[in-house]
Amino acid sequence: MRIEARTQVSASAYALAALLAVGLPLLVSAALVWWAGAPVAPTWGLMLKGGFGSVFALSETLTRAVPLMLTGLAVAVAFQARLFNIGAEGQLYMGALAAVAVGGLHGGTGLELPPFVVFPLMMLAAALAGGLLLLGPALLKQQLGVDEVVTTLLLNFIVALFISAMLDGPMKDPAAMGWPQSVALQGELELAKLVPQTRIHSGLLMALTLAALVWLLMRRTVAGLQIRAVGANARAAAFVGVPVRRTVVVVALLSGALAGLAGALEVAGRASYLTLDMSPGYGYTGIVIAMLAGLHPAGVVAASIFVAGVLVGADSMSRVAGVPSYLADVIVATSLLSVLVAGWLLQRRVVWRRPADRTFAKAKEAAP
Amino acid sequence: MNDALSLLLLPDFWVAVLRIATPLILGTLGVLLCERAGVLNLGVEGIWVAGAFVGWLAVYHGASLWGGVAAAALAGALLGLLLAGLTVGLALSQHVSGLGITLLATSLSYYGYRVAFPKVSTPPTITPFAPMEWLPIPILNQQTPLTLLALVLVPLLAWVLMRTPLGLAVRMVGENPQAAEGQGVSVAAVRTGAIVAGSTLMGVAGSFLTLAAFNAFFFNMVNGRGWICVALVVFASWCPGKALLGALLFAFFDALQLRLQQASGDGLPYQAYLMLPYVLSIVALVAVARNAGYPQALMKPYRRGER
Repeated sequence: MRIEARTQVSASAYALAALLAVGLPLLVSAALVWWAGAPVAPTWGLMLKGGFGSVFALSETLTRAVPLMLTGLAVAVAFQARLFNIGAEGQLYMGALAAVAVGGLHGGTGLELPPFVVFPLMMLAAALAGGLLLLGPALLKQQLGVDEVVTTLLLNFIVALFISAMLDGPMKDPAAMGWPQSVALQGELELAKLVPQTRIHSGLLMALTLAALVWLLMRRTVAGLQIRAVGANARAAAFVGVPVRRTVVVVALLSGALAGLAGALEVAGRASYLTLDMSPGYGYTGIVIAMLAGLHPAGVVAASIFVAGVLVGADSMSRVAGVPSYLADVIVATSLLSVLVAGWLLQRRVVWRRPADRTFAKAKEAAP
Repeated sequence: MNDALSLLLLPDFWVAVLRIATPLILGTLGVLLCERAGVLNLGVEGIWVAGAFVGWLAVYHGASLWGGVAAAALAGALLGLLLAGLTVGLALSQHVSGLGITLLATSLSYYGYRVAFPKVSTPPTITPFAPMEWLPIPILNQQTPLTLLALVLVPLLAWVLMRTPLGLAVRMVGENPQAAEGQGVSVAAVRTGAIVAGSTLMGVAGSFLTLAAFNAFFFNMVNGRGWICVALVVFASWCPGKALLGALLFAFFDALQLRLQQASGDGLPYQAYLMLPYVLSIVALVAVARNAGYPQALMKPYRRGER
C-alpha cells in the first residue's frame, strides 16, 4: 500500500475531506466541553443559538464578521502573491488610528469640512496607514531578503505600543476618566445602522463590495493575473515580463489598505472611538479565514461569517453555561489545521497494489 | 546619562540580563535546531505559552519543579510532533502549519487555565526555583538552575550539530535533502526528530517564565518573545554560539530599557522603551540580511522521489 498524488478528485475523497474538516473541530470541542464538566450537546446548541439563532444573534455575528472579512481579504490577497502578511493586526490598528486622527481630531484643528468630504478622507487615511505599514516589510523582503513573516509579526507588537502611547498622550480623550481611549469620531461620520435596535452597520455592505472588487481584480484584470503569477513563480513571472517589484508593492499597499479599512470600519461602525482592546486578534483570525477560504474572496465572506458565528456563539454560551469562551479560539485553530489536512487528502489517493505488480499481471495476461 | 552608565556597573543589572536571556537562549536554540533541519517553526510562540502553562499547572498540582519542567518539555514535544506530522509527514506549508500550532497551543492553554480556575481575581501562585546560592560564581549564583541548563545546552548543541554524525545528518537534510536521502539518511525521521527536540526546548523556555522568572501564569505573558527567537536565529546565522551572544545582547537592551524607563520618569512615553526589543529585532534582521546564510532547504517541503 502506498499514497500517491492525483489530479482528479473523486466524490468519496470530497466527502471524506469535508467530514474531516468539520468533524475534527467538533470532536476536539466536544472533548473540551466534557473536560469543563458541561453537557456536550446542549453546549453546542447554546453556541449555535448564540451565533445564529435569532435576529439579534445574527446581527451580532454579521457585525463581528465585518472586520474579519476585511482582514481575511487582506491576507488572501497577500498570500496569493506569496507575501506572507502576518501583520494585519497592526495594520488594522494603524487604520483605526488614522481614521480617528482624521475623523475625530479635525474639529480641534479648525478644519471645517462637510462630512461627505471628511468621510472619504478618513477612509483614505486608514487605507494609506495600513498600506504603508506593510510596504516596509514588503520592500525589505524584496530588496534585502528579510523574512516578512517575522517583521510583520514584530510590527504588530510595535504598533500596539505606539497606539498605547497615542491613547495616553496626544489622542487621549480627556473626558474618559483616565481610561486609555481616544477622542470619539464626529457623530455625523458614524455609519448608519442597517437594522434598528442592533449594532449591524452599513460597513457590512462596504466589506461585501470590497470582496466583490477584490474578486474582480484578482480574476478579471491584468494586475490580478500578475499578482497570481508572482505568487505562483516569481522568477518565471519576471522572465515573461511581469514587473515583479511593482506587483509586490501594489499587493502590499492593497493588502495593508484592506486591513487598515477593517480598523476604520470598526471605529466608524461600531466603537466610534479607539481603545487598546478594540480587536481581539482580528488580524490573526484573518489568516485562518483566508486559509479556510482557499484564498478566494467569496470563501472569505463565508468563512468570516462562520468564524464570527463561532466567536459570538461561544461568548453567549459562556455567559450561560460557564464554559470558557476560549473554546471558540480552539475551534478556529483546529478548523485551520483540519482544513489543511483535508486539502492534502483531496490531492492524494491510496494505492493498494504496487505499480510493479500491475505491470507484471498485465504481462502475464498478454503472454500466450 | 551618567546614571544610566553607573547602572551598568551594578551586578544587579547583569543578573537581570542573564535572567532575561535564559528563556531566549532556550527558545532560540530550539528554533535554530528546527531550521538547521530545514523547517521553520512558527509554533514557537504557542509552544512557549503551552510550556509556561503546563509546567506551572503541574507544579501547582503537586509535582516537583523539575517535574513541571518535564511536563512543559513533554507539551513542547507533543506540539512539535504535531507540527512535524503536518510539515514533514504531509509536506504542508510551514508558515501556515506553524501559525496554526501557535493558535492551537495558545487557545488550549488559555482554555485550560479558565477551566481550572474559572473565577480567580489574583492568579494562584507556586514557589518557583530558588537561585543557586551555593555556586561560587558571582551573577550566576543569583540565577536558577534553568539558566545553567540553558548555558550548558549551547556548547552541547554546537558540538552535536558540528561534530557528530547525527548533527551532520540534521544539517544535510536542511541543506540538501535529496543528497541526504541518497546517503541513506531518512529525511522524514531526521526532520521529525529535530522538530520534536527543538519544540521540547521551546516548552522548557516557556516553563522558565512561570517556574523561575515569575510564580504564576498570566494571559499574554509570552508577548511576542517566541517571535523574537525566530529573529535571533537569523541574527545568529544559525550558530548556537552566536545565538547565545544574540540572546545576551538582546537581554542587555531589554534590561537597559527597563532601567532607563525607571530612571527617566519624564520625556519619552514608557511605551517607547518597551518597543525597543521589537525594534531591535527588526534592526538585527535587516543588519544581517545581506549575508544571511539561510539553510538551503529551509521552508521547502521535501517529498520523497520528487524534485
